[in-house]
Amino acid sequence: ACPTIKNILLLDSEGKRVAVKYYSDDWPTNNAKLAFEKSIFTKTQKTNARNEAEITMLENSIIVYKFVQDLHFFVTGGDDENELILATVLQGFFDAVTLLLRNNVDQREALENLDLILLCLDEIVDG
Amino acid sequence: DYSPFLGIEKGAVLQEARVFNDPQLDARRCSQVITKLLYLLNQGETFTKAEATGVFFAVTKLFQSRDIGLRRMVYLMIKEISPSADEVIIVTSSLMKDMNSRTDMYRANAIRVLCRITDGTLLTQIERYLKQAIVDKNPVVASAALVSGIHLLQTNPEIVKRWSNEVQEAVQSKAALVQFHALGLLHQIRQNDRLAVSKLVTSLTKGAVRSPLAQCLLIRYTSQVIRESGVNNQTGDRPFYDYLENCLRHKAEMVIFEAARAITELTNVTTRELTPAITVLQLFLSSSKPVLRFAAVRTLNKVAMTHPMAVTNCNIDMESLISDQNRSIATLAITTLLKTGNESSVDRLMKQITNFMSDIADEFKIVVVEAIRSLCLKFPLKYRSLMNFLSNILREEGGFEYKKAIVDSIVILIRDIPDAKEGGLLHLCEFIEDCEFTYLSTQILHFLGNEGPKTSDPSKYIRYIYNRVILENATVRASAVSTLAKFGAMVDSLKPRIFVLLRRCLFDNDDEVRDRATLYLNTLGDGSVAETDKEVKEFLFGPLDIPLKNMETSLKNYIQDPLEEPFDINSVPKEVKSQPLAEKKASGKKPTGLGAPPAAPASAADAYEKLLSSIPEFAAFGKLFKSSAPVELTEAETEYAVNVVKHIFDSHVVFQYNCTNTIPEQLLENVTVIVDASEAEEFSEVGTKPLRSLPYDTPAQTFVAFEKPEGVPAAGKFSNVLRFTVKEVDTSTGEPEDDGVEDEYQLEDFEVVAADYILKVGVSNFKNAWESMVPETERVDEYGLGPRESLAEAVNAVINLLGMQPCEGTEVVQSNSRSHTCLLSGVYIGNVKVLVRLSFGIDGAKEVAMKLAVRSEDVSVSDAIHEIVASG
Repeated sequence: ACPTIKNILLLDSEGKRVAVKYYSDDWPTNNAKLAFEKSIFTKTQKTNARNEAEITMLENSIIVYKFVQDLHFFVTGGDDENELILATVLQGFFDAVTLLLRNNVDQREALENLDLILLCLDEIVDG
Repeated sequence: DYSPFLGIEKGAVLQEARVFNDPQLDARRCSQVITKLLYLLNQGETFTKAEATGVFFAVTKLFQSRDIGLRRMVYLMIKEISPSADEVIIVTSSLMKDMNSRTDMYRANAIRVLCRITDGTLLTQIERYLKQAIVDKNPVVASAALVSGIHLLQTNPEIVKRWSNEVQEAVQSKAALVQFHALGLLHQIRQNDRLAVSKLVTSLTKGAVRSPLAQCLLIRYTSQVIRESGVNNQTGDRPFYDYLENCLRHKAEMVIFEAARAITELTNVTTRELTPAITVLQLFLSSSKPVLRFAAVRTLNKVAMTHPMAVTNCNIDMESLISDQNRSIATLAITTLLKTGNESSVDRLMKQITNFMSDIADEFKIVVVEAIRSLCLKFPLKYRSLMNFLSNILREEGGFEYKKAIVDSIVILIRDIPDAKEGGLLHLCEFIEDCEFTYLSTQILHFLGNEGPKTSDPSKYIRYIYNRVILENATVRASAVSTLAKFGAMVDSLKPRIFVLLRRCLFDNDDEVRDRATLYLNTLGDGSVAETDKEVKEFLFGPLDIPLKNMETSLKNYIQDPLEEPFDINSVPKEVKSQPLAEKKASGKKPTGLGAPPAAPASAADAYEKLLSSIPEFAAFGKLFKSSAPVELTEAETEYAVNVVKHIFDSHVVFQYNCTNTIPEQLLENVTVIVDASEAEEFSEVGTKPLRSLPYDTPAQTFVAFEKPEGVPAAGKFSNVLRFTVKEVDTSTGEPEDDGVEDEYQLEDFEVVAADYILKVGVSNFKNAWESMVPETERVDEYGLGPRESLAEAVNAVINLLGMQPCEGTEVVQSNSRSHTCLLSGVYIGNVKVLVRLSFGIDGAKEVAMKLAVRSEDVSVSDAIHEIVASG
């Protein structure tokens, strides 16, 4: 009954990984994970998620997401999860990264400070 | 594209990690190397066991540095590497030191790392510190311990349960997140104790819960308590409903939503209870945030399935969502409206949807199509506008799955709404004029062939069908020819014209088309307006009740071994076997299955037939009707494993005993089975075939044959004893001794029952088959089955008793169902087709009543079926 997150993804403008963390067994192999990342990236590519967080469903999961500059933030939960809780996690992650990168939220800054991003992910979800 | 990790390579980074061994550690440099390693892992790179161990040991050296940033990276690295139990020991003391450090950051994270890599024994050592940490002043430390506790509850529950008191205290913490984590852990610890959970909920719903997340948890636990306590009928109100309703006014949106959702998911929720929740969700529908709109519309969609009336107030808001940017929201809105719409709003809805359809992807479109289908079945009078809509979208662009969904919907509407038939068929005809999918064209043509002749003016469809013969590819042309023939067969007045058209088809390019035309022209009569012979209709258009796989196998056998007589379709076994035709056992090969028959475990009836007809004593018994599945006569792990297959013939039964000797030091000879048939009076033994030799681990058979009254489903119980001569075998040489000793081995009894005389043969269309049977053969009766465990159990018991094949998925009983109809079909001995309709009902006292209706090709068989049930 405790709310659970399935994964948090930070992808670049081509859908490639900047930093990802998986917390469930839904995607047991790395290939399965990459396939999921490709699906969700393709599905959301043409949408506009730069002001408000957007939301969609894929393969029995709910994904909330936000885009800024050339970075794509995704948070995934099960299809019976409270969507607003997921959105809160997304916002928390997003705000933390914004602070850590001193408002320069783009791919280059993120990679230069990958250690901070990884620590941030580690502190959001324990798993 | 610039990246600091451009050209990064695992080997090089592992080399760089050597700096960890430096006596003077450069913290920044080490941090960078760790980041690179973590990057590699994140990108999917894998370390070999050796590499991982190497990195781990190197990283442990970094505990010497006092740099806080580096220490945190070290924690991350340890968690990623996941050291094995013997490696963990190296870092345990360092981590334990950190756990007691003055630096809060160290304490919190060391706890998390330790708990991740620990095992039971280490855990008991550090338990003391963890308990202290739970009530630490610093919330980060407390949360670290609590969260670790939640994880550890999975692997070491007894230990974590001892921390109850500390966790209780943490629940009262003023720090919001600590309360949240503590509540989560406490509930997990207590979740199997209903009373404890109830008390927890009672106290907290009155008290101060500080964080929205904790409130959400509490709402979930409250729902659980409500579910388990059941509705209190006396007072009328559910316990804790007020608390939930209160939460609808909370500051945080996530709490409001969680409460609204919880209310909608209450069991047997009433409209009165739903109303405040729906009001709140309605407000969310017009929020500027897509997440809120989505959450609300998804929840309302679910409610609409069971309480459509409660959602109608939201219709206006929903209609504006049809044009929402987020297509998921739009689709959910439409499908909800399709459920809540009333008859008068249908036309308006259809207009809006038409614009909407072009905007969305195929996967959404299919959802909408199915919702429209349900809507039409709900309001059958509206079929015209809904059918028009379906026909229009059928003409537009779309993929195969989408078009198939539309065609399926139209077909269902035609079947279930009689007034819609003529219009619907015409829509389908128009569609096949321009259909790019051969599969769909042929399906529709087939359907036209079945339904068209029954309409008031079948001739109007002929033009469409004949055009297919001229214009389309070979597959479709052949299908069209068959359809034309059906019209000709069923509608006598059309025969002359059909014959003219069919004759033209004789000049087609394609073999199949010409063959079909020839067949029909020669069988349907002479082209005059005369009734088609019933047998011809049955032959040409009746269903083929023989599994195609068996047909294929039989034909293959026939071709390999052609006999004088032509191929007889009745010789094709009708039983559906799950395994393909058995392989012939390779000579000298020893299969290891216990008691397996000579071929693969479940050999097809063919193999049995061949086997039995090769034995002269049994060859005269005639055609094999049915072979049962093997019945075990010995327990597992015994010295001799024996199972029996019962072969049923018209006047005989043959028991095939498959024996396996599992003792390497023994060779059995002259193996027979002594059968005591004193409890099977109608049977008399007429022959046996002993097994000459049964060496170790080589399954083989011995047979016993009985005579029985012809055509009667005689039943009986048989006791069996295995008798043989056993010789010792020298396992080193494999040579048996010369002398043996006679011995016996008791086997279990088995029975021949009524179900053995019925073949499981399914029919694809039960309704048609039922109607084609003569009503005079119908026998109906009612039976009380007494108290049963469940409806499903009773249904299964009867299915097994009769041994017939369930059709159209009717063996599946919906849970919580009070009634069920089951359709069975089979072939009775003597090649008599039998169909059974069972209606079950279960009452509150779990008493099951059953009505049995039987139709068959022979009325005495119908009686026999009732006999079986009455005595079973």
